[in-house]
Amino acid sequence: MTSPVVEVKNLTKVFNNLRAVDNISFEIYPGEILGILGPNGAGKTTTLQMLLGLTTPTSGEIKVFGLDLRHNRERILQAVNFSSSYVSLPYSLTVRENLTVFAKLYGIKNHRERILKLLRTFEIDDICDRVVRGLSSGQIARVSLAKALLNEPKVLFLDEPMANLDPNIADKTRRLLKGIKKEKGLSILYTSHNMKEMEEMSDRIIFLDKGRIFAAGRPEDILARFRGESLEEVFLKIARGDNPLEAK
Amino acid sequence: MKLYRVIAFTTRHLYLYKRSLPRLMEIFYWPFLDLVLWGFVTIYLVQFKGQLPNFVAFFLGALILWDILFRSQQGISVSFLEDMWARNVLNIFVTPISPMEYIVALMLVSIVKLAAASVVMVLLAWLFYSFNIFLIGISLIPLIANLVIMGWTVGIVTTALILRFGQEAEVLAWAVAFLFQPVSAVFYPVSVLPHFLQIIAGVIPSSYVFEGMRRVITSGDFPVSDLLWAAGLNGIYLLLALIFFHQNFDIVKKKGLLVKAG
Repeated sequence: MTSPVVEVKNLTKVFNNLRAVDNISFEIYPGEILGILGPNGAGKTTTLQMLLGLTTPTSGEIKVFGLDLRHNRERILQAVNFSSSYVSLPYSLTVRENLTVFAKLYGIKNHRERILKLLRTFEIDDICDRVVRGLSSGQIARVSLAKALLNEPKVLFLDEPMANLDPNIADKTRRLLKGIKKEKGLSILYTSHNMKEMEEMSDRIIFLDKGRIFAAGRPEDILARFRGESLEEVFLKIARGDNPLEAK
Repeated sequence: MKLYRVIAFTTRHLYLYKRSLPRLMEIFYWPFLDLVLWGFVTIYLVQFKGQLPNFVAFFLGALILWDILFRSQQGISVSFLEDMWARNVLNIFVTPISPMEYIVALMLVSIVKLAAASVVMVLLAWLFYSFNIFLIGISLIPLIANLVIMGWTVGIVTTALILRFGQEAEVLAWAVAFLFQPVSAVFYPVSVLPHFLQIIAGVIPSSYVFEGMRRVITSGDFPVSDLLWAAGLNGIYLLLALIFFHQNFDIVKKKGLLVKAG
C-alpha cells in the first residue's frame, strides 16, 4: 500500500481549558483530496494551522512525507502550500509583485515564466499589473490560489478557497484543481462549508465535531452510514446534536 | 442633529478604552513624555542662561540622529504591521522562511527607509539652517551605527509584543521609542537629569551616542569611551531582543495567536 503523504496521530490542542482538537488521527494519501467538515468551532482551522506549523500541538504527532513537522519545518513547507479566503495579500503590491515575492520565498527558478503560466491558468493574466487593492474578492481568491501553486506543491492545504468565487469561476477552479491532482498526484486537504462542493471534490471526508472525528470515510459511505440524502443533511444532524446513529 | 446618535458614536469610541491597556496608556503617555522632555530642555537652557555654545548644532544634530533611531525602529515594527494590516502574516509563515530570516529582512528594510529619510533631513537642515551634519566628521558613522542597532532592538521587541497582544498593541510601534527619549538625553546632557534618571541613562545606549555627539561638536575629540559603552550595551540588548522574539514566537504558536495576527 502507498505511504501517506500526511500522517496525523493522536493530535490534540488545548487552549486554556478548551480542547479545540481532541486526539484525532488521520492520513492523506498521494493524489487524494481529503475534506474536513464540521460546524463552527469544530476544530477544522486549528487542525489546518497545526499541519502548517502555525500552531504548536499540545500533544500528538504530525508527519509530512514521513518527516516529523517539529524538526523538518523548512523542508516540509518548501513542498506544501496554502490558500484561504480569510487570508489576503499586500494590497499595495500588484498581482505580479505579490507572486514574485512568494516565488522568491520558495526560491523558484524561472519564476517569471511560472507566474505567467499560473496567471493564464486562472485566467487573471489581464490583471497582473493591477494592485491587489483594486481587485474583486473573486480575483483576489484566484491570485491566492495561483500563489498556492507557485512552488508546485505536493500537498495543498485549502481553507474555504471558493468562498469568494462566483459559481462559474468556482466550477472552473474545482475542475482545475482536480486536473492538477490527477496529472501531478497532488494531495489536497480541503475545508469548506459548501456541502455540494465537498461532495464533488473530496475522495474522503472527515467530520469533526467538538474537536473529535465524528465520522470518516468516502462521501457515499458516510451518506449510507448516516442514512442521509446529502452531506448537508448529515452535517445539519451532527451540528444540531442529533446523532442519527444513536437514534436508530 | 440627534443627541442619541452623537452619544451612540461617542460610546463606540469610549468602549475601546474599557479593556485596552495600550489605548488607555496612550492618553497619558504623550502629555507625560512632552512634559518630561521639554522640562529638562528648559532646565538645560536656564543653566546656560541662553549662552549655550553651538546651540544650533546641538539641537539639529540631535534631531537628525534621533530620527535615525526612530526610523530604524519603525522600519521593523511598521513593516511588520503592513503585513498584519494586509492579513498576509499567515501567507508568510507558511513559506519556509524562518522567524530570524524574517527579522533580518526587516532590518534591511529599515536601513533603506532610514537612508531615504536621512537624506531628506540632512538636505533640509542644510538648506533651511545651513547646518551640515557632516561637520561631526568620521565619528558620525559609529554614532549612526549605534542608533540603528538600538532602533532595531526596540523594533524587534515591539514587533514581538504586537504579535503577542495583537492589533490592540499596534500603538506601541509609534510610542515605545519615545519612552527612551528623555533618558537618552537627546537635547540636553545626562547631567541635567535627576540622579535616578542618570542611573537609567547609564544603561541606555543612545544616551552615550548623544553625549558623544556633543563631545565631538564642542571639542572635536573622537568619543571612544561613549562609543564603546554604546556598542557594548547594544550588543547585549540586540542579542536579548532576538532571544525574546524567538521565545515569544514559540509562545504565540502555542497559544495559536499567529492565526489572529492575520
